[in-house]
Amino acid sequence: MVAHRRRNWKQAISRFLLLDLIKGMIVTFKWQAPSKCYTVQYPKVRPRIGERFRGAPRLNRDPETGESLCIACNLCAVACPENLITVTEEVREYLDEASGKVKKKRFLADYLYDTSRCMFCGYCQDVCPTYAIELTQEFELAIYRRKDFAWTWEMLENGIDQPVYTR
Amino acid sequence: MYQRDLGATEKGSPGIREMVLNMGPQHPATHGVLRIILKLDGETVVDLDCDIGYLHRGVEKICENRPYTHIEPYFDRLDYVAGVSNNLAYIEAVEKLAGIEVPPRAQYIRVILTELQRIASHLLWLGTHAMDIGAVTIFLYAFREREEVLNIFENYFGARLTTNALRIGGLFYDTYPGFEEQVRAFCRIFPERLNEYETILNENRIWLGRTVGVGVLTAEEAKDLSVTGPVLRGSGVKWDIRKAFPYEVYDELDWEVPVGENGDTYDRYLVRMEEMRQSRHIILQALDRLPQGPILGKVPKMIRPPAGEVYHSIESPKGELGVYLVSNGTSFPERLRIRPPSQINLQALRKMAIGHMVADVIALIGSIDIVLGEVDR
Ligand code: SF4
Ligand code: SF4
Repeated sequence: MVAHRRRNWKQAISRFLLLDLIKGMIVTFKWQAPSKCYTVQYPKVRPRIGERFRGAPRLNRDPETGESLCIACNLCAVACPENLITVTEEVREYLDEASGKVKKKRFLADYLYDTSRCMFCGYCQDVCPTYAIELTQEFELAIYRRKDFAWTWEMLENGIDQPVYTR
Repeated sequence: MYQRDLGATEKGSPGIREMVLNMGPQHPATHGVLRIILKLDGETVVDLDCDIGYLHRGVEKICENRPYTHIEPYFDRLDYVAGVSNNLAYIEAVEKLAGIEVPPRAQYIRVILTELQRIASHLLWLGTHAMDIGAVTIFLYAFREREEVLNIFENYFGARLTTNALRIGGLFYDTYPGFEEQVRAFCRIFPERLNEYETILNENRIWLGRTVGVGVLTAEEAKDLSVTGPVLRGSGVKWDIRKAFPYEVYDELDWEVPVGENGDTYDRYLVRMEEMRQSRHIILQALDRLPQGPILGKVPKMIRPPAGEVYHSIESPKGELGVYLVSNGTSFPERLRIRPPSQINLQALRKMAIGHMVADVIALIGSIDIVLGEVDR
């Protein structure tokens, strides 16, 4: 197929009568009505974010017991191409309620997530066996101090305070 | 060597003084950080040289220090307005090297996604190219339609530009509920919108004056410079990797390769507009034939391709995007080399621009459709 260009007397006449410009103007005026406005008035109006959006990280808690879902398996740290997740584990003794015995288990001691290097690829949430680390729909990640880019366990669970913009 | 020649001011024939002018790296029309050293006679370009590398990140070296499964997100950042196409080039190269089969459903969805990406990339090109020349309205219209595609991407894999959409052996996610309707709805409104763009531009006297006959590249010159993609097809060479070496399911679909005649900026514009129509045609066919089934083939847990090498190329929106991979049998690639279409197409700028005005250089940069993330890597 050949993309055609037209060169003939019709075009010459339409050029003389400014038809080429008028036709374009008609199109632009068609979209002038305020009801055809496409701009989202952020921050007054929040955009609708896709459900699978990969935004700010969150470390989920068990909704019933309130304990962290993370089992300190370190898979997310291994899966991260940027090596920015640091999982610290500790072995603690705990009372197993079913058998009534004292058992040893790995617990999460600390979790550090450096958002300044994160590229939100989603590999960490993909490998997590307990759905503990999750990338949420939150997208406002701007922070004033550079050290605050390293999100601690607490920030990951509760989120960061973002200023709320009103008029 | 060439650059040194440009730096020296020569004494020309009496009355002619040539001037060396830097355009960029911080120039809004260079689409990133491209520096062009122009040698001017009045306002006519006598010679030019491109200085690249301001956005160099060493992607190839980074990739050599990552296992195969971790490399894909770095490819999003090459041509950052066409993430899915970049992902596809890398993923297919690894699949070819490791001999991994992809189930048909995943192949069809890949085709749909890359064609949507082609439309989004061409719309961005159209908007910025038209704005460089002075038609700001088109920029707003093109971005409005591009937004629809990006919304589909956001719903599908959770990112708009840095998509990280695919996975070795198939896809990350299956389609979301309502995917097909959303894509079809976009395909329904799209031809009408394309017609609107063409109403505004195709016969507009300013547009014609700025594009017709500017930057002519004959078919022979285009082949000699090994340019690919719409720049090559605008010169009348019918060459498309999707037809020449079909990957995924392109050989089962029915579509045509648009070509231009004269190889000027206007023809490259027409070719890209027609390509968007063909992409829509491909998407609709692929949606009709979309089979059910798994989206992930049989993939070993650790991807350790046998020692060897592979070159695989796809037709990205900008041209032939090739990935050359050398494996030494471990889970890290020995060498990874990217053939970026933008960089090689940029070599044609000198041939196109000599003899034209400075303002035409801006139109020509837009016409080649470069993305500096890919040129510099
Ligand atoms: S999103 Fe990607 S880069 Fe960010 S922490 Fe997770 S794996 Fe690492
Ligand atoms: S967040 Fe998930 S993957 Fe990471 S250590 Fe905890 S349980 Fe393991």
